Order: sequence, then structure tokens, then C-alpha cells
Amino acid sequence: MTFDYYPGCTLKTKAKDLDIHARNAALALGIELEELPEWQCCGAVYPIARDEIATRLTSVRALASARDRGRELLTLCSACHHVIKRVNNDIQTDDEIRNKVNNYLAPDIEYNGETKVVHYLEMLRDTVGFDTIREKAVKPMTGKRIGAYYGCLLLRPNNVMAFDNPENPTIMEDFIRALGAEPVLYPYRNECCGGYVAMDDKNLAAQKCKNITSSALERDVDMLITACPLCMYNLDINTNTAEETKLPIYYFTELLAQVLDI
Amino acid sequence: MHQKTQLQAETIRLISGTNTRKCMKCGKCTASCPAFAEMDISPHKFVSMVEHGEIDKLMASKSIWKCMSCFACVERCPRGVEPASIIEAVRQTVIRKQNNNYLRPENIPELLDPKIPQQALVSAFRKYSK
Ligand code: SF4
Ligand code: SF4
Repeated sequence: MTFDYYPGCTLKTKAKDLDIHARNAALALGIELEELPEWQCCGAVYPIARDEIATRLTSVRALASARDRGRELLTLCSACHHVIKRVNNDIQTDDEIRNKVNNYLAPDIEYNGETKVVHYLEMLRDTVGFDTIREKAVKPMTGKRIGAYYGCLLLRPNNVMAFDNPENPTIMEDFIRALGAEPVLYPYRNECCGGYVAMDDKNLAAQKCKNITSSALERDVDMLITACPLCMYNLDINTNTAEETKLPIYYFTELLAQVLDI
Repeated sequence: MHQKTQLQAETIRLISGTNTRKCMKCGKCTASCPAFAEMDISPHKFVSMVEHGEIDKLMASKSIWKCMSCFACVERCPRGVEPASIIEAVRQTVIRKQNNNYLRPENIPELLDPKIPQQALVSAFRKYSK
């Protein structure tokens, strides 16, 4: 199956590891990712204010372009996924936003929210199947204890994201099992890392990250996985500066490529 | 309520798209909030202060710069109120004023380190300036 792929800005720069391993692994699993031509930055945060139109446009351009190409739109970065999926929901449910956006963009065919937005993990679960990964695991991570760090953006608000149970998600743990490793549950796996607040109040983000990593370390994890470059940054700089809290953090796609031996 | 404060509160309700009257003051939003300890006005108070038209006080609150938009309050509110959206509406009302950006481009160089992802810069600008 072929998806239109929306990598986003950070995956082209600081988070190349998230992107490149995702592309290689998809290929090995029989999935074709074709990069959406001329995509633009999603803006990194969902425009919560109902009267913001301009900040919704880049998402709609990507969505409409995938619709015109007859493809589902596949995302990978948690933030891009969150923004694009929520803007799509706005177009589907809010007449005023839909009208204003279409009046401005004036596309040949009005965009009414037709495109399905799929996160890479959802594609692994629903299109490839975790069993297939297990079968193709050349180098399974047997014996490794891995904590899934979900953060906020994939899960909330659940009535729009519909990703997994927002309080007790399982998709990343199922993914970890498919890698042959052992998933470790810890209390802060769906709590916030501080996000963009790190740019203004480093201490607040540091506190949030310490809650997350120390609750994971208490349960003896070998590493954490994430799908978000900002979570990666916050967790990494706040953990791996001190010896006693050292904890490797990987993008989930890095481990996938490693297990598939590509 | 004074006409101006009434209009201000109505604007916040419109921008946020949330109905503050549905709040039953249970405080679950505040209990869920990871930024609570740093806030001078907590999420459930944002909801009731919009009800009472105290928008000027909310606009001066430091809470609007501490909220992480994690949506825990939204997810856990039993009444479908969205404190995060109200905080965003107040934040927008502040930064939409002329010369009122909280983060300015000249602040950026000192914030940079080699690992900072573009996503952090873009999101901080979207949240803290116009
Ligand atoms: S959780 Fe909802 S109902 Fe309870 S205080 Fe907060 S906004 Fe009000
Ligand atoms: S969205 Fe903001 S107010 Fe709501 S729980 Fe998160 S940090 Fe607190």
C-alpha cells in the first residue's frame, strides 16, 4: 500500500533519525511512503483559538493535496500528527472554519475533510500488523526492558485523536512486544514533558522530565521510546546530563530498523 | 456586569469555543495540571473568572505562560469544559495587542543550543508571539 507521507520540518533537520529509519523500515515491510510534494510546516502547535484561520491553512493544503492524489496522509512526528488531525476535524465539524478556509484557498474542489490521517504507529498496527513485525524481526531485542513514552499529543483530546485509550494506552507496548522486548509500564508515560514551555522556563520542563524518567528508572527500564522530537529533546537534556539519571531515549523507528536489521 | 467586561468575557468564550457555564467547580482540571505549582491562577479559576468577567486579571496572570497545552484538563473534565482553550484565548488576547509579544526574535540566540529541535522554536513563537 502507498501512503502520502508528511515528514514535517524537524524530521528534515534535528530529527533525521526519526525519519530515515521510518522510511527504510516501511520499505522492508512492504509499505511505500511517497513524500507529499511541496508540503509546508504545520506550525507545530494546534491553533486552539476558534478564530485562527491562517494558522490552519498549511495543514489544509496538505490534507487537500492528499485527497486530490487519492491517498491517505501518513504522519510520524507527534506534533504534526496532532495538528493535522485536529485541523481535519475542524474542517469536518466547524462550518465557519470550513467556509473561511475554502473561501481563502479557493481550491478546484472544496476541501471538506475527506482525507484520512494515519500515524505511522497506526499504520504498523492496522496495515502491516504487529505479528508481521514479529515474524520479520531478524534481531529481536530479547530481554530488553523498554518504557513507552506517549506524552500528550498523540493521545489528547481523545474525542478527536482517537489514537488509543488516553489514560491507559497500549499501542506502543504492543509495538515493543513485536520487537521481542518487554514493555514496562510506569506512571508518567502519558504525562507532559513540558513541551514548548522549555523555551521560556527550563526549570519547569526539567521538573516534568525528572518525574517521567525517575518513575521509569524506578521500574528498571533499559530505555525509553518516543515519537516526538520535542519530547526527545526535553527528556534527553534533562536526563543525560547527570550520571545517576542516565537513560537512553530512542525514536521508536530507530529500534524498528535495528530489529529488522536495515 | 459592566458592558466592557461582559464583552471581554463573551470574546473569550467565542475564541475558546467553550461554555464556562457547564463547569461544576470540581477542580479535576487543576488536579490534573502539570503546571499547577507554577501558576498564580489555576485552571478551574480561569473558568470561573471568565464567568465573573475578570478578564483583565486573567490577562495579567503568569499562568498563561506556564500552561503547556497538554490537554490533560480537557481530557479529564467531566463536564466537557476546556480550561486549556480558555487559557489559550486569554493568551491570544494578550499577544494580539500591538507590541505585546512575550517572546521576541532577539530573545532567540540566547535560548539556542545545538540540540534544540525546530519544533521547539516554531511552537514557542506560535504560543508566545504574533
Ligand atoms: S474539571 Fe471541568 S467541571 Fe471540573 S472544575 Fe475543571 S472545568 Fe470545571
Ligand atoms: S493544558 Fe494547560 S491548564 Fe490544562 S492541564 Fe495542561 S498545562 Fe494545565
